[in-house]
Amino acid sequence: MDPKEIIARRVAKELSDGDLVNLGIGLPTLVANFIDPKIDVYLQSENGLIGLGPIPEKGQEDKNLTNAGGQYVTLKQGGMYFDSATSFGIIRGGHVNVTVLGALEVDSEGSLASWIIPKKLVPGMGGAMDLVVGAKKVIVATTHTNKGNPKIKTQCSLPLTAYKEVDLIVTELAVIEVKEDGLHLIERHPDTTIEEIINQTDAPLKYTNVKPMEVKS
Amino acid sequence: MDKWITKKAFINLLKNHQSIMVGGFMTCGTPETLIDWVLESEVKDLTIICNDAGYPDQGVGKLIKARRVKKLIASHIGLNPYAGSQMSEDALDVTLVPQGTLAEQIRAHGAGLGGILTPTGRHTIVEEGKHVIRHNDQDYLLETAIGADLALIQIEACDRLGNAVYSKTARNFNPIMASAANTVVALTNHQRDSIDPECVVTPHIFIDYIVKEDTHGS
Repeated sequence: MDPKEIIARRVAKELSDGDLVNLGIGLPTLVANFIDPKIDVYLQSENGLIGLGPIPEKGQEDKNLTNAGGQYVTLKQGGMYFDSATSFGIIRGGHVNVTVLGALEVDSEGSLASWIIPKKLVPGMGGAMDLVVGAKKVIVATTHTNKGNPKIKTQCSLPLTAYKEVDLIVTELAVIEVKEDGLHLIERHPDTTIEEIINQTDAPLKYTNVKPMEVKS
Repeated sequence: MDKWITKKAFINLLKNHQSIMVGGFMTCGTPETLIDWVLESEVKDLTIICNDAGYPDQGVGKLIKARRVKKLIASHIGLNPYAGSQMSEDALDVTLVPQGTLAEQIRAHGAGLGGILTPTGRHTIVEEGKHVIRHNDQDYLLETAIGADLALIQIEACDRLGNAVYSKTARNFNPIMASAANTVVALTNHQRDSIDPECVVTPHIFIDYIVKEDTHGS
């Protein structure tokens, strides 16, 4: 299975009935495809909507209906629109249950770097800083390494998006919980070993009872 | 009172060195016709306040590409390579602001507040040079209010006075910017005889001038 699909399927299992969820651009967006159809999860897009539906069929796009990545989307029944101040009031005010976003680096204190590589890539933080500070639960969904270079580190070297806010890290190899005393490996992909995970992680991992990662639908 | 203006009257509102807020999110909800008219005018050295830098040929991106912008306050510039390259060569002064902070700074100005306290950006480079204020055992950054000389907003429809409604996610920054500039110009797709008072999003008192989308006369 594609690493991104493994990650998206596993993140989807973290969502509960009634949750308000914000999915970041890119890999996190895929999570929507694997949400249990038996539960109600309300997807927010920070450009001003709750009730994000699937991508419209060709020819059905509405130029006034996009997600925060600028893609054309649809609105589910019960969905609604609001302005940017209301949208970030929802985000900062603690009304978002879960936010899922990608990472350049994430560290053993739960700090995240995701918005800038100085002098190389300066796109801006967009809504990420508000989301990570405001959401009740922050899940980082990322490939375990960037072409072999560990993304999970003892301390982020890039400028931070937020300090000590990440709760859970989901990669194609492992599920890692961030606690006061550091990173806890709680699940591993059935096709990998704890040793392989440790070798690809640039931070100490604590573990006692590592369960197999659920990657089936 | 007649707020409905033509292109010529709109261009007369523009000046060099103006600060201009422009509604829209990745150009969804950006009043493109008004941007085109700013381009047609000779004005330059503008300060632009917008969620993002748009695309090279869409939204405020067109003004950046044409080197009419001196300063940009935005949350994201990644989709317009001209913004990044002009920033690198010091031709464009870019201030990157977290999106929720930007929205609230604008809202604060429109609501007569000097600023807001936000937890967003603590322990990041956003915090540099700012006051940190402790309240209820939590640290907040003091972010000061942002206003502008002019706001250019996109609305879907309004009545004669300018009571406005929006279309879907084209709403975004438009209603808050309508409250935060000395002069507010709305580009509307439709004029209606009346707007249901229960559904008005932006009260007419915030809108100074209205341009109908198909007004191309002088």
